[in-house]
Amino acid sequence: MTNWSPTLITRVMLALAIVLSAFPLYWMLVIASRTNADAVAVPPPFLPGGNLGQNIVAVLNNEDAHFLLGLTNSFIVASVVTVSVVIISTLAGFSFANLSFKGRNVLLLAVLLTMAVPLQQMGVVPLYRLMVSLEWTGTLKAVILPYLLNGFGVFLMTQYTRQAVPMELVEAARVDGAATLRIWWNVVLPAVRPGMAVLGINTFMLMWNDFMWPLIVLTPDNPTVQIAITSLNARFSTNYTLIFAGTALSIIPLIAVFVAFGRQIVGGLMEGAVKA
Amino acid sequence: MSIDTLPRAVRRSRHLPPGRRWRSRLDVKVMPYTLVSPYFILFAAFGLFPLAFTLYYSLYDYDLAGTTKWTGLGNYAKLLADEDFWNAVTNTVGMFLLATIPQLLLALFLANALNKRFRLRLAIRMSVLLPLVTSVVAVAVVFTQLFARDWGLVNWILSWFGMDAINWRAERVPSWLAIATMVDWRWTGYNAIIFLAGMQTIPRDLYEAAAIDGASRRRQFWQITLPMLRPTMIFVVLNSTIGGLTLFSEPTTFYNGNVDGGSQGQFQTVAMFVVKQGFREFDYGYAAAAAWLLFLLILIGALINFLFVRRIGGTK
Repeated sequence: MTNWSPTLITRVMLALAIVLSAFPLYWMLVIASRTNADAVAVPPPFLPGGNLGQNIVAVLNNEDAHFLLGLTNSFIVASVVTVSVVIISTLAGFSFANLSFKGRNVLLLAVLLTMAVPLQQMGVVPLYRLMVSLEWTGTLKAVILPYLLNGFGVFLMTQYTRQAVPMELVEAARVDGAATLRIWWNVVLPAVRPGMAVLGINTFMLMWNDFMWPLIVLTPDNPTVQIAITSLNARFSTNYTLIFAGTALSIIPLIAVFVAFGRQIVGGLMEGAVKA
Repeated sequence: MSIDTLPRAVRRSRHLPPGRRWRSRLDVKVMPYTLVSPYFILFAAFGLFPLAFTLYYSLYDYDLAGTTKWTGLGNYAKLLADEDFWNAVTNTVGMFLLATIPQLLLALFLANALNKRFRLRLAIRMSVLLPLVTSVVAVAVVFTQLFARDWGLVNWILSWFGMDAINWRAERVPSWLAIATMVDWRWTGYNAIIFLAGMQTIPRDLYEAAAIDGASRRRQFWQITLPMLRPTMIFVVLNSTIGGLTLFSEPTTFYNGNVDGGSQGQFQTVAMFVVKQGFREFDYGYAAAAAWLLFLLILIGALINFLFVRRIGGTK
């Protein structure tokens, strides 16, 4: 069993990996809590200062940045997309995993193929023109709609349902006279909840981070948080404390989700990887 | 197994009064399609429609006044002769290679390290995943400051070794290096966790047998771990290929949210080129054609990688 205990090199490597992973975030905190003079000092400061609260207030009060609006918008976009994707994927996953119908395999293959195409990047031009003709540019609808389509979600929930809900359970419910939707609600939903959680967390983080499409379709006065940081960065490029306080604010919700669900995220990633 | 459901349910429905029997049949026959339909309706609207229309737009010439003119494959011909487009392709492929090769090697070794026994396992796994859950733009902003010419931390550290300050944004290779660092910081831990998952499916007796035969740990890694990781490797490599060739957020943020990618376009990627043509110059047809060529590039990249990974796994 000596084979599985870490050597000194392994320990050093892991320690280095942890330090490197955490450093940029620590650095963000250092600059966000200092003054602009400190930020450009040589040698640079390595410990946090006492101005974090003040800098955060400055970002939130900055009229050009619309930062609070950006945070709210990102929250709305990420939540709406997450809830819709989880529901759509759970329904489709149940159908693909536990019901039999003509064309099932072909349709499932179609879902798999759509996963391989970077749709949001490939289709930007027509999507933009569509939003223009609907007069939806600059609104959150325009950001949300293209992302309701998520092949990965359907695939993940199909795999998860297959493993979590035995066919016998579905059959037994049918013999008892339950209609399909009732089976979904009473039998499937309670069993696939962990899978829904993994998909939900993934989707939320993906949407919180989305950048290219909102940059095209939104304007700086109604931004998502990523767009708000970009405008801060473009307009006040030397005001590091202001920008860094903004980036710190944009990361807090993600870190909160991560700390709360870290075990599920790691577990979900590892399970998903082996099955895919 | 699933085929049993239908007859049994239908059989049962014979004992019901006619109205309910009909409804129960309908439920069994139609419900499966109803449940998958939301996905496919959305796919038609926001997947199929944009793809088809991207092709349609790419065959037309658009100008700022909004007039359109059929050009057939004219946009594609123009792109293939456009130096700026080839510059973007070179940048994209260059940054992709510069980022992906060290990233996958590091991830592999990190996964091997994570696969050992130690305390605080979950905490350590979570901390290598930390970069993934932070927002891309925020991190790109931080790295841009770390790579600043005059007071960036990286140049300060280099000055210990007597090196002159590097203007990371101004030249091609330094800018690629800076952007590749951002990409690797974000994805190395994630890929390590995926590799780790693959490693844990390898039966331990393989290693025990090899140890009895006197194979060193290093040899076990190259001869057992690596070949057995092939399925995971394909997943990781395909993911990295799609992500790497559509790179957008990091280089855009590195130039303050501008899609030009530097003063001479030294780090403009193809995705940035598409956005610039479509939404800064409003040449929709040209942007659409570039989007299709980007897709082609991804297909080629995926194919090359796939063949390459198959060869790695094959050298047992």
